[in-house]
Amino acid sequence: MRRVFGETLLRLGGEKDEVVVLTGDVAEPTHTHGFAERYPDRFFNVGICEQDMIDIAAGLALGGRIPVVAVFAPFLMRAWEQIRSTVARSNLPVKMVGTHSGLSSAEEGCSHQSLEDVAVMRVLPNVAVVVPGDRQEVAEATEAIISAGGPVYLRLGRDSAPKFLEGEGVFKLGRAVTLADGHDMTIFSNGIMTAEVLSAVGRSKVSAKVVHVPTVKPLDRAAVVAAARETGTVVCVEEHSVIGGLGGAVAEVLSEEYPLHITRIGIQDTFCESGPYASLLEKHGLTSERIGVALKEVQARAKARERERKRERKRERKRERGMETVTEAETERRDTKTDTKADEDVKEERSR
Amino acid sequence: MDALIPSAELSYLAEIRLLKERIRSMRQALLEMTNSVGVHLGSSLSCLEIIATLYFLKMRHTPYRSDWKDRDRFILSKGHAAPALYVVLAEAGYFPREELKTIRRCDSRLQGHPDLRTPGVDAPSGSLGQGLSIGIGMALAARMRGSRSKTYVLMGDGECDEGQVWEAVMTAAHLRLTNLILIIDRNGWQLDGRTEEIKKMIPLQAKLTSFGWQAYTTNGHDIEKILEALDFADHAELPTAIIARTKKGNGISFLEDTNQGHKLRLSEEQYLAALKELDEG
Repeated sequence: MRRVFGETLLRLGGEKDEVVVLTGDVAEPTHTHGFAERYPDRFFNVGICEQDMIDIAAGLALGGRIPVVAVFAPFLMRAWEQIRSTVARSNLPVKMVGTHSGLSSAEEGCSHQSLEDVAVMRVLPNVAVVVPGDRQEVAEATEAIISAGGPVYLRLGRDSAPKFLEGEGVFKLGRAVTLADGHDMTIFSNGIMTAEVLSAVGRSKVSAKVVHVPTVKPLDRAAVVAAARETGTVVCVEEHSVIGGLGGAVAEVLSEEYPLHITRIGIQDTFCESGPYASLLEKHGLTSERIGVALKEVQARAKARERERKRERKRERKRERGMETVTEAETERRDTKTDTKADEDVKEERSR
Repeated sequence: MDALIPSAELSYLAEIRLLKERIRSMRQALLEMTNSVGVHLGSSLSCLEIIATLYFLKMRHTPYRSDWKDRDRFILSKGHAAPALYVVLAEAGYFPREELKTIRRCDSRLQGHPDLRTPGVDAPSGSLGQGLSIGIGMALAARMRGSRSKTYVLMGDGECDEGQVWEAVMTAAHLRLTNLILIIDRNGWQLDGRTEEIKKMIPLQAKLTSFGWQAYTTNGHDIEKILEALDFADHAELPTAIIARTKKGNGISFLEDTNQGHKLRLSEEQYLAALKELDEG
C-alpha cells in the first residue's frame, strides 16, 4: 500500500510544483524516499519531531505550498493538538498520511499499532478522513487528496494491497461504493477489510449488501441511509477500535436517520500485542473466516429478532381480538369472583 | 548643529520620533480595549514596541494587498498578546480602529487569540510553542520561491518551556534559515510566576547559540536598539534570535514588572489612573 502511495507521489511531484513532502526520519518506510531522490529541493526530512513537522507543514501551506506529511500513523497522533489548533482550525491544505495503520505494524507491538487514529482525526472540523483499501484506490486517493482544498488524513496500511475494485476512476472523495448486493444485511467496511468482507460473504453464504466506505469523513450519508433502509440490519467492519471509527460514524448517522440494529466488528476497546499480522487479525476477529462466522451470527440474531417480532404481533392481534369478545356479563362474573375470594380471605383471617 | 546631520539620518530620527508618538496612542487604544473586557494587558504592553517597530520601521507589507506573496510575515507565537498585534494592525490600516472595541465579542473578527479571519494576521496561534515551527514553513516556502520575504516570530520567554520550541530551534539551524528571525519577549514572567522559578531558562542566549543560532540581547522597549538588532539579522549567515529584555505591563507604573496584569480587566479607577499616566508621560 505504501509502495503505491510512494509511486503516485513521485508521479504527482512531476505534475504539481506546489507539492512538497515532509517526513520525520521515516522516508524509506513511508516510501517517500523516491520523491526525495527525484525532488530534493521539495523534500524535507525534519528528523524525529512530529509536532514541529506538522507546524512546518502549516507554515508551508500558508506560504502557498501543498505539503504532504508522511509518517507512521500512531506517531502522527502525537501532533494531534498541532493539527487541531493550527491546521484544522485554519483549514490549511496539509495532507497527512499515516502509514503502518491498524495492526499492520504487527510484531512491533501496541506502541506502533494505530487503532484510534480515525476517531481522533474524525472529530476535527474541516479534516477529511480517507481509508482506502484497494491498490488502484490508494493511487487515486493520493491524487484526489492533493487536489482537495483543506486538510486530509489519509490512512494507509503497511504492505498488503488487495485488488477488489474494477477499472479506473474508483475513488471519489466522499463517495461510498456498493460492491455486492444482498437482502439480509448491509456491511459497511473500509481499508483492506473490504477484501476480507467480500470473501467472508462468499464463504458464509449470507445474502449481504457490501458497501465500501473509503471516506469516513465526509461520510456518504445518503448511501449509508439508503443501504440500511433497503436491508435492515447493519454490520460495520474496520481495522480500528469499534469506538469512534467507521462503525461510530455509521451508528451516528443511522441513529438519527434510520435507527436499527448495528454490529460493529473491530478492535474491542483494547490494546493489542506483538504477533504476526495474520495472527493478530485472526485473534481480533478480522479475517474472512472469523468475519464469516460473525456474519452468520448476525444473521441468526436478526432472524430470531424477526421471529420474536412476529410472535409479538400475533400476541397483540390475539389480545385485540380477545378484548372484543369479553362481554359485560363476563366482566361482572369476574368481579364477583374476586369479591368472593376476598370474603373467603377475610373469613380465614378471622378463624386464625 | 542640526545642519551637520546628513538628511537621511535626520529622517531616520524623525521616523523614530513619529513612531514613539504612535506607540503612545496605540498604548491608549490598548487600555481602551481593556476597559470593556479582560485581556492579557501585561503581556501585550511588554511587546508593543517590538511589534510596532517591526510593522512601521522594518517589515515590507501593505494593508492594501494583505495577500502579497513577497511581503514579510509576522507570527505572534505568544498569541495571548493579541491585543498588541491588533492595535498595531489597526494603526497600520488593516482594519478600522473602531473595530478594536469588538475584541472577544461574538461575531467579531478580533478573536481572543490570533486567527486568520483578522485582516493582516499571517498565522493562527494561541496554543503556545507552535509559532517558530510555522515560521520555518513560511521561511522555507519563501526560500524555495527565491523570494526576499522574511519571517519574524515573536515568542514569550515562558513559552520556551515547550519542547516543540527546541525541536524548531534545531530544525531552523539545520536548514540554515537566514530569513527567519526569532524575537523572545524576555519579561521574566509567566502565568504562575517568575520564569526562573517555574523552570530555569538562564542561560537563554547561550542555549540558542549552542543550538547554532546567532543571538543578541537588547532592550525591548528601545526602538533604536530593536531596530539595530533587526538590521544585524539582515546580514546573518545563521538564523537570528533577539532576546528582547522587557517589562511586563510596561508604561503603566502600577503594572510594571508585576504579574497582576497577566490577564485582567482594569477597574474604573485603575483605568483613569493609567490614562492619566500616559497623558503625562
